[in-house]
Amino acid sequence: MNGHGIKAIYQFEMARWFRTLGQSLFTPVLSTALYFIVFGSAIGGRMGEVDGVSYAAFIVPGLIMLSILTESLSNASFGIYFPRFTGTIYEVLSAPLSPFDIVTGYVGAAATKSMIIGCVILVTARLFVDYSVQYPLVMILFLALTAVTFCLFGFILGIWADGFEKLQIVPMLVIMPLTFLGGTFYSISMLPEFWQKVTLFNPVVYLISGFRWSFFGTADVAIGVSLGAISLILLVCLAAIWWIFKTGYRLKT
Amino acid sequence: MSRPVPPNTQPIISIKDISKTYKSGVKALKPINLDIHKGEIFALLGPNGAGKTTLISIICGIVTPSSGCVTADGHDIIRDYRAARRAIGLVPQELHTDAFERVIDSVKLSRGLFGYGPNPAHIEKVLRDLSLWDKRTAKIQELSGGMKRRLMIAKALSHEPKILFLDEPTAGVDVELRQDMWEMVRKLRESGVTIILTTHYIEEAEEMADRVGVISKGELVLVDEKAALMRKLGKKQLTLHLREAISAVPEGLNGYSLELSGDGSALTYTFDGQADESGIPDLLKRLGEIGLDFKDLNTEQSSLEDIFVSLVREQRP
Ligand SMILES: Nc1ncnc2c1ncn2[C@@H]1O[C@H](COP(=O)(O)OP(=O)(O)OP(=O)(O)O)[C@@H](O)[C@H]1O
Ligand SMILES: [Mg+2]
Repeated sequence: MNGHGIKAIYQFEMARWFRTLGQSLFTPVLSTALYFIVFGSAIGGRMGEVDGVSYAAFIVPGLIMLSILTESLSNASFGIYFPRFTGTIYEVLSAPLSPFDIVTGYVGAAATKSMIIGCVILVTARLFVDYSVQYPLVMILFLALTAVTFCLFGFILGIWADGFEKLQIVPMLVIMPLTFLGGTFYSISMLPEFWQKVTLFNPVVYLISGFRWSFFGTADVAIGVSLGAISLILLVCLAAIWWIFKTGYRLKT
Repeated sequence: MSRPVPPNTQPIISIKDISKTYKSGVKALKPINLDIHKGEIFALLGPNGAGKTTLISIICGIVTPSSGCVTADGHDIIRDYRAARRAIGLVPQELHTDAFERVIDSVKLSRGLFGYGPNPAHIEKVLRDLSLWDKRTAKIQELSGGMKRRLMIAKALSHEPKILFLDEPTAGVDVELRQDMWEMVRKLRESGVTIILTTHYIEEAEEMADRVGVISKGELVLVDEKAALMRKLGKKQLTLHLREAISAVPEGLNGYSLELSGDGSALTYTFDGQADESGIPDLLKRLGEIGLDFKDLNTEQSSLEDIFVSLVREQRP
């Protein structure tokens, strides 16, 4: 392992982020705050409780997940796409870094950013909504697992993409719908039975459900199933990255 | 300037049967075998598209070879890539830089990537040697092209490599700085660094290199010590400036390969610099016999450039 190398990538990526910290934090915090105002306060006041939780509180875990997923994807994909785009990737490729080192540096930095954003939103939400977290350790574990997994996914995206549009399309076209349909704003049990079955093919359901369980102790699917699902996605991403470095896909000619 | 290299030293880079066919089907390198000696300056010459960058990229781990193997500093570049790469610094041909980063951060990043802990004194020395110290806190986008080129060199030197690849190091660098850069390269060599450079400026190879390799269409057509090369392939020319212009080469001189200048005032005699007999005494005697008078004469040896051009021309169909 090249510790200095991992640290160099990590610090470089974090420094880039901190330089624009205002923007980096402001956008996700603002958009989440808007959701809280519209869905939590304005509409939520007229909604009953869901699974014994006030509607405003009910949507908090899902909205945090939404931010974590989109931020992880965009940060991690941009982090590796940008050096490919400018050509500075030559240095990383010619350095004594193993695939593990490279992924740890880039994905570690991106996941750290996601975690920071997640925590900031968590605190911001508390300004609008009254809620408490029943299982903080499980929450942190879930947050970390999700951030790492989707940063890995973002890394793959950043290597696959051959233009800036593709970097934006996937979060917009895949993550947003899956998150909205994954129970951010409703409990799966509110759906007709057929759609309940269909929804179970949406991986984001398991993320939101598990995350919500850590807040309120209730969820659409058992917490074990959620953990299993996120672990499975993690493994798939790791396998894809292993293949990328083995074949040199889009990195080496 | 050239320094003879002891022939039996262990090569610092050993290239065995390296070939490369790109996915597009372009055969960029035919199997290449080459040893680079420790401490030498090796110049790789060749026209556009000859395969110079491809060869360097393979050694540095950026391009995967289609066949063959390479050892650098005694380590296989694939099996033992960490040790091999730590010994290598690369200045690529293209200017790839992070526009928004500061100069010094970029150089520190390079050192870290190559697995070395911080060493501010070394970083300062490198930046000073490359006249970039005053620019250390500038954003890279604020640098001129030549400064960016020097920054790339600073990055490559940040981890004190034993082997330095310079892919067209002086492209876009002004004459004065080019001299400085050559000076720096010489100093690096003095300190034991092996340098492999590619260039289109033949004068650069002529001035700097201990050995020269000419690559054309993916084939290494020639490798030799520069001095030997110039001696072996260099043609010599004797030019006679005539006292009175003539309209044609006199019949009495038919046996010699002579060329008359356009205005008829100079005769050029081309001969093999290696041959025992240059034929000059004969020619001069003959001139006296036919009464052709000249006021001055000079001899010229062809430059590496001429050698290079004639070699590459032979390669073309
Ligand atoms: N990534 C690539 N994919 C496909 N073909 C390539 C690639 N890189 C280079 N080539 C081709 O390989 C051949 C050798 O290119 P290379 O860049 O090694 O030449 P070079 O000697 O460095 O030329 P120059 O003096 O112009 O820099 C060229 O025909 C080029 O078009
Ligand atoms: Mg080139």
